[in-house]
Amino acid sequence: MIKIRKNRLYAVLFIFGSSLLATVLVLTALNQNINLFYSPSDLFASNPSPNKSIRVGGLVQKGSLIRIPDSLEINFTITDLKEEVTVNYSGILPDLFKEDAGVVATGYYDQINNSFQAFEILAKHDENYEPKEVVQALEGK
Amino acid sequence: MNKTFSNLKTFYHKLGSSPWFYKISGITIPYVALFSFLFLSIGIVWGVFFSPTDFKQGDVYRIIYMHVPAASVSQAIYYTMTVAAVVSMIWRMKMAGIFIKSMAPIGASFTFLALISGSIWGQPTWGTWWIWDARLTSTLVLFIFYIAIISLYSSFSEKKSADQAVSILTLVGAVNLPIIKKSVDWWNTLHQPASIKFTESSSISPEMLYPLIISIFGFYLVVLLSGLMAMRAEIAKREINKEWFKNY
Repeated sequence: MIKIRKNRLYAVLFIFGSSLLATVLVLTALNQNINLFYSPSDLFASNPSPNKSIRVGGLVQKGSLIRIPDSLEINFTITDLKEEVTVNYSGILPDLFKEDAGVVATGYYDQINNSFQAFEILAKHDENYEPKEVVQALEGK
Repeated sequence: MNKTFSNLKTFYHKLGSSPWFYKISGITIPYVALFSFLFLSIGIVWGVFFSPTDFKQGDVYRIIYMHVPAASVSQAIYYTMTVAAVVSMIWRMKMAGIFIKSMAPIGASFTFLALISGSIWGQPTWGTWWIWDARLTSTLVLFIFYIAIISLYSSFSEKKSADQAVSILTLVGAVNLPIIKKSVDWWNTLHQPASIKFTESSSISPEMLYPLIISIFGFYLVVLLSGLMAMRAEIAKREINKEWFKNY
């Protein structure tokens, strides 16, 4: 390689290396803040301020969903299979919200009662795609 | 071994020659157009009308046949632009500059398509059009890089300096690519991890996967087609007064 091209190669490596370093430093500094939500275990570990709105995510525990009659209010438990937190919410739910499925709730955490007052519920689905007929046939068995 | 290397070297030098590229692309474009139409229409029609309904999401999941291919090419285009940026910086090959200039608007369009189709998919399934999670945000950053590359290019009147400046910016933005890919594994996000896996079995059933792969292939062909056409137009624009172009 001619000398001038070698020098340009060093320039390329330097530019790429320094942008990589800058990005890694920023991401390391932000680390926890990049996560979209706390898992219930994280919640106990970090115990956030009750006046700050945060997100909690995990699975809707099977059998924990209670609908209050004649209202949009519901109660359910979010679990990460280690810890759990009770969520209270009133409003419209996304179509994919159900028991034993992923959920991300935004709201305020009350540490004393281990309860979470949510003002937004989002459904988190997984990466599995399966034909409806196949699943119904398997469940029918 | 030595022969293949020298063949590769000749090919590399030919790639750097605009008259050669102009001629070859003129011949290949009709074929690429035919195959991209075939793959894209088979993939989309099969996916939208004939693939089975998903057990969880129902029919809404069918937007996958547009969303995943668009997201895939939007990142792939940037990878190729990064290679071109390195070539342009080290060897000052003018075709590399033409490549970046031509591909940036195509990349921006597909990133936009990925963002919009994802948004339309997110509303009925997640319950929101947009969320600032790591995957969505890093894809938006990719889109902004494309826009920045396009506007930086147009702010120069001298093509040579434009090519060099744009190459540096492209190189800086390349850091974002692994972040997009790994964002769903490194942090917890609302976006789910990848369904198509290369090292283990995919978590999407085969009868849904086949049309998706055909559609992805179709999108890549469309990118190839529009890339060839845009590069030809850019060559014509830059070399309109050259002797070879007048005699073409």
